[in-house]
Amino acid sequence: MLAYTARRILTLIPLVFGMATVAFCLLLFFPGDPVAVLLGDAASPEQVAQARASLGLDQPWFMRLVNYLWSLAHGDLGSSIFQRRPVLDIILERLPATLELASAAMLVAVAIGLTLGIVAAVWRGTVIDMGAMLLAQLGISMPVFWLGIMLVYVFSVTLGWLPAISRGPDLVPAIGQALQGDTSALSKALSHLFLPALSLGLGQAAIISRLVRVSVLEVVHEDFVRTARAKGLGRPRVMLIHVLRNALLPIISVIGLRFGVLLAGAVLTEAIFAWPGLGQLIVLAVSQRDLPLILGLLLVFALMFAIVNLIVDLIYGVVDPRVSLE
Amino acid sequence: MLNTLLRNPSLLIGGVIVLTLGVIAILAPALATHGVEQMDMANRLQGPSAAHWLGTDNFGRDLWTRLAYGAQLSLGVSALAVSLSVLLGTTIGLVAGYFGGWVDMVLMRITDIFLGFPALILAMAVVAVIGPGTPNLVAAMVLVFWTEYARVIRATTLSLRSRAYVDAALTGGASHLKILFREILPNAQGPIIVLATLGFGTAIITESALSFLGFGVRPPAPTWGGTLAYGTRFLSQSPWLSFASGLTIMLACLGFNLLGDGLRDMLDPRSRLRDGGATA
Repeated sequence: MLAYTARRILTLIPLVFGMATVAFCLLLFFPGDPVAVLLGDAASPEQVAQARASLGLDQPWFMRLVNYLWSLAHGDLGSSIFQRRPVLDIILERLPATLELASAAMLVAVAIGLTLGIVAAVWRGTVIDMGAMLLAQLGISMPVFWLGIMLVYVFSVTLGWLPAISRGPDLVPAIGQALQGDTSALSKALSHLFLPALSLGLGQAAIISRLVRVSVLEVVHEDFVRTARAKGLGRPRVMLIHVLRNALLPIISVIGLRFGVLLAGAVLTEAIFAWPGLGQLIVLAVSQRDLPLILGLLLVFALMFAIVNLIVDLIYGVVDPRVSLE
Repeated sequence: MLNTLLRNPSLLIGGVIVLTLGVIAILAPALATHGVEQMDMANRLQGPSAAHWLGTDNFGRDLWTRLAYGAQLSLGVSALAVSLSVLLGTTIGLVAGYFGGWVDMVLMRITDIFLGFPALILAMAVVAVIGPGTPNLVAAMVLVFWTEYARVIRATTLSLRSRAYVDAALTGGASHLKILFREILPNAQGPIIVLATLGFGTAIITESALSFLGFGVRPPAPTWGGTLAYGTRFLSQSPWLSFASGLTIMLACLGFNLLGDGLRDMLDPRSRLRDGGATA
């Protein structure tokens, strides 16, 4: 298990460098001069030349690529053109907010998706099944940005129950305070988190529910399920211990694959709810055409996606001992 | 034909939605009740009425007219992006699967790298680099969509490659090109059609999402995503603006998803259990 984990982590390294190369090559197609954008029209040719040299733009592209990869190997993502600070610092500042939102949304997605899928499978072919799957089809087709806006309209604008924008206190310290008896920070954090997490999670819940339904239906007809029932185990127990555990494998793998879509959705959700995470940052970076920041964010998003899939693969072996990791 | 449709409600409902949207897009100039940029400041942010079927926006422009013309834009951009992605992805998948060896290895590693980026985020970065505008938007979408076709077509090609009729054709002296286009491609048609239909839904949502963020087709073009975005500024006075444009996007995506599911059930009944769908 340990050897497998180490090997999988090692395979991430060439992938990251491959991605960095592809991303860097894309940026070579940048038509204008980022320095001209940065300095504006009033800059003298000497100032432009000086700025180009300080950014390393006076070198040929392959030298810049080698330099970039070399810095990357040392954990240096370069400096933002507009904020004039290291890209890594800016990203690390914003990362917790995005992780909080993405985890909460995944929790929503799994909780609702599992429930809906099991309900549909248990009452297969009934009105309940059809209703659940219709809901799922609508959820899959619903743009996350529209869902977010409609939730804001209902819960913030009309009912005034929840805040429409911005993030509350950090969730993790708030949970710590709540454990010591002070729940005010936690309730504030959750009131801000609820709508963004719901709008980001519901679409994924729809996809998970369809998959849960199919996986459960595939497993319920297996011999071991009949044996368990024949032994006299109750339906809920058979469902939870025998069926669900075996149906979980494809569900876990799809959760890993959907994480990329979830991250993309986080960009839109953060834009709607003014959630101060990486999504809002990349929208800003793209509108300012801040190339080092865009490049860094692109890599960090891809890395998060890769790490989640790695974790999913490792969980695989834990859930199903038949899957050999070696 | 009618029997197939009645037994496959996804195909029927999806087909009707897609057909309706297609007709609205093509006939937009005839169906529009007002000029697409015709402003009427006295009647800003109105609800639905006999004069304005879906109400008006903040400049008093007719929403129905703008959504109908928006169908031209959204469906047009998506159709172009999906066709070019299919072309690129299929070519790469065919070559990788057919020739195998290091060609396959290199092409699939490149595919993996592209798949490793969350799609919308890569598309945003591409738009940031090459600049906004419709052709660039299509280019960005193709760059993120081709991978799925490449992977599926490669897998299909791999399995077809070892069939006896391919060996027979090779022995008979057929060229590689002829085998690829005459023997393999026709047999890979089913998955391509299903994937492209489902991909259309994803393309519509991606185009809307980029326009929503302000990186898509430039205003004042009446894109669905753009209308939705500026509608949020008037959410408390006129929620209708965001509601109608978002509903249109969802309906379009739903139509293509249902049609894709239905086509899959029809073309490959065994795959009924597998799942998929588009979302962003």
